[in-house]
Amino acid sequence: MEFRSPEFKTRAVHALHDVNLQKALSNTKAGFVVKRAQAAEEMPEFEALRDTARDIKDHVLNNLDHYLEKYEAAVTAAGGHVHYAADAEDARRIILGICKKANAKRITKGKSMVSEEMGLNEALIADGYEVVETDLGEYIIQLADEPPSHIIAPAIHKTKDQVADLFAAAHNKPRKTDRAALVAEAREVLREKYFSAEVGITGGNFLVAETGSSVIVTNEGNGDLTQTLAKVHIVTSGIERVIPTLDDLSVFLRILARSATGQETESYTTFSTGPRREGDVDGPEEYHVVLLDNGRSKMLGSRFQDMLRCIRCGACMNHCPVYGSIGGHAYGWVYPGPMGSVLTPLIKGMDGTYDLPNACTLNGRCKSVCPVRIPLPDLLREVRHQQYRKNMTPKRQKQALKLWRYVAERPKLYHFAERIGVRILASMANGKGKLRSLPFDPGWTGARDLPAPTGRTFLELWQAKRGDQ
Amino acid sequence: MSSRDTVFNAIRQSLGRGPLDEAARRKLDARIAEPPQHVRATVDDADLIARFAQRFESRAGTTERINSLADVPTAVAALAERYGIAPSAVVGTALGELTWPEGWQIDHGAAGIEVMLGVSLAWRGIAETGSILMLSGPERPITHNFVPETHVVVLPVEHIVRHYEDCWVALRERDQGTPRAMNFISGPSRTGDVEQTIELGAHGPRRMHVLILG
Repeated sequence: MEFRSPEFKTRAVHALHDVNLQKALSNTKAGFVVKRAQAAEEMPEFEALRDTARDIKDHVLNNLDHYLEKYEAAVTAAGGHVHYAADAEDARRIILGICKKANAKRITKGKSMVSEEMGLNEALIADGYEVVETDLGEYIIQLADEPPSHIIAPAIHKTKDQVADLFAAAHNKPRKTDRAALVAEAREVLREKYFSAEVGITGGNFLVAETGSSVIVTNEGNGDLTQTLAKVHIVTSGIERVIPTLDDLSVFLRILARSATGQETESYTTFSTGPRREGDVDGPEEYHVVLLDNGRSKMLGSRFQDMLRCIRCGACMNHCPVYGSIGGHAYGWVYPGPMGSVLTPLIKGMDGTYDLPNACTLNGRCKSVCPVRIPLPDLLREVRHQQYRKNMTPKRQKQALKLWRYVAERPKLYHFAERIGVRILASMANGKGKLRSLPFDPGWTGARDLPAPTGRTFLELWQAKRGDQ
Repeated sequence: MSSRDTVFNAIRQSLGRGPLDEAARRKLDARIAEPPQHVRATVDDADLIARFAQRFESRAGTTERINSLADVPTAVAALAERYGIAPSAVVGTALGELTWPEGWQIDHGAAGIEVMLGVSLAWRGIAETGSILMLSGPERPITHNFVPETHVVVLPVEHIVRHYEDCWVALRERDQGTPRAMNFISGPSRTGDVEQTIELGAHGPRRMHVLILG
């Protein structure tokens, strides 16, 4: 997947002026945000489950090598193969090898963000394979030749009319505008693909060490058809996604859907354990799991270890005011929003990702809804700190901060400067209580007014009040 | 060095230790052998069957009570007639020998692309969420759950449990161990990918009907 995070600012401006995108983003609030709040409200145990989920993940991360060994042994015992990939290139090489050995021509894919991270589609297509995304949202953006803009709702930025245009162009069928008819048309087209693909690739939401099972959670059933009907099933997942037992899994099943879409449960939770067995009339003949590291092992034991708890539910971006204004494409890589602004600099490097953590307002909504309690604002602040230490912070910003610090460390000077500033602003506002434009930063007041002080500082008012008593 | 070694070395280096010692490994293995009992959703309903039906129906699924396995063909035929489905179905042999009305074509193999109706036996029903649990195997082909447009599932009342965790207890006691595939199914296939508006029948069954047996 192309790396366009360096263009964050221009892409964000573009997004703010995209009428269709703005309409789609306003739907997110009414949809995901309200539904998640209801789901959490209706479950008295929800907060306790979040604590438990956090603790299970922490336990796994501190013993990750052991649980991976257990998981691998269980997969092997069931007749499957586990492959470790140190980075994206390694992963592409492994998967291309499996596809070649399978004599594949057509490859169906269930939704997998890890495969986006691997840059898998581009590599498969370059090698001559036909790659078909089967999640409806992923299929839509594949036709549009665009990357996902949301980790669980990849085509969230597309309107019904845009989907109608894409289908009419791709399917050689009369253009349909009814939503149900569009879904039915995709169903019909993709059925043919499921039944004729040699290889099916899916993600893996969870890997259960106890049984050697990979688990996917879907509403459409596309991942299930992908992995059932192809001769070879390849699971792509991250090394951090292993959990000890089915009982641990139950905790995550209770919080994932509620956090993601506000559902009590999705339509399908599907477990795969190895290839088809003796007597089975269906199921894949080969079963492979490709586990991607790609910087994850470096995050272990570091200040960023908490990020490895992430279960990719998307709640942080659904609740992020910045994501809500600019959508996912502005972030320029696989993972958008708060979790992406932490992960992208860690995986792709600090170069070219400067703007991502700095776009955050540190309002903390992401942290308040994260099902595994990742302290996202703290991690974003830590990325900024590392940028500062690498001398990446712009000079003007650094000077301004230094000046502020000088004044802030001298209370008398601070209060004096404050008294002057408040009076200047009050006189500029001319009694109207607000400023329509700021002389040194007209951009800030481009779309809003600055509330102006009335002429006295808080401290002055406080002291006066105390004097009265 | 293999990629596997690279990854394991990197993990251990970051954790600031070598491989875990024998005592630590035994402790972790014991945690797998006897999993901790975590917090669950409260399911205090006296009537688990009613809870199951109510939750399953909340997601556009339908349910019906039947008295014996022999009633399955009649119930399926009535449903087929109601929705104009041709008298042909894939049926798992786990349901045993059933007598189908005249004119019905029954197949026990994998479901092909043309199959419109599947009839399966559920392994468990979960009252908490109103979900069914399907296990794969020669008698329960997994394609029956996903390929047909209409899926009818037979769920014996004695197999309705309270929580997910009750399924794990039963699964661990099962002779054949973990099956190749297990599916929690909680209603018809759905998508919200076009303008976040729910449409049924994205890829899996458009219609799901549970025959609660007993």
